[in-house]
Amino acid sequence: MSEQIKNFLYLNRRAPYGTIYAWESLEVVLIGAAFDQKVSLAFLDDGVFQIVKGQDTSGVEMKNFSPTYSALGDYDVNQLYVEQESLEERGLTIDDLMHLTWEDEDEDWAEKDSIRVVSRAELASIIEQQDIVFSF
Amino acid sequence: MAIEIDGKTFETDEEGYLVNLKDWVPAVADAMAKEDDLELTDEHWDIINFLREYYEEYQIAPAVRVLTKAVGKKMGKEKGNSKYLYALFPYGPGKQACRFAGLPKPTGCI
Repeated sequence: MSEQIKNFLYLNRRAPYGTIYAWESLEVVLIGAAFDQKVSLAFLDDGVFQIVKGQDTSGVEMKNFSPTYSALGDYDVNQLYVEQESLEERGLTIDDLMHLTWEDEDEDWAEKDSIRVVSRAELASIIEQQDIVFSF
Repeated sequence: MAIEIDGKTFETDEEGYLVNLKDWVPAVADAMAKEDDLELTDEHWDIINFLREYYEEYQIAPAVRVLTKAVGKKMGKEKGNSKYLYALFPYGPGKQACRFAGLPKPTGCI
């Protein structure tokens, strides 16, 4: 049997705080990234709030883990899909999101954007192309 | 478990990692290194300080693969390789250096 690289997609659908799902998803992604699989993330529904910039958790006494999303590029996780409709339904645009990037070692560490805004229809077809989908 | 330094107690977990990150002082790293029969040099401190900065920025301790790449980028290829890092930290640059730095066990370390 040959080793096969699979396409993993993690769907993030919930608000970052209040439940443990968002943080758990991020930890699973970081751990999974060690296995040299092709990993991408999608943010939809309230999940888009996970990557909104300027988060302040002092009022809810939870750790603000939003800086950790900026480490994803170091872990070679650089395909982050954000659903356009979910942003619009919440009055958000891409400018409300953190500027998440990765550095291409093959191009002298050129900084490249990780986030791609896609329509609901596009996201459906992205989901279809995956081997494994985790929903958080 | 705990480490005692000059009459002050630092609580550690069952694997020897500091329980309260905010308690960390450089003497903690020296005491942990001594228990591992290591003497910390400037080269060790470069990595320990790098890890603390990484944690400050990203709120996680990097996996060893990520650490190696990041050290290579910042300090040059001759330091950004596992041979160099394992020579400094024989129990693993991720686990041992993070422990000395007062960080939790690296995310992605299993």
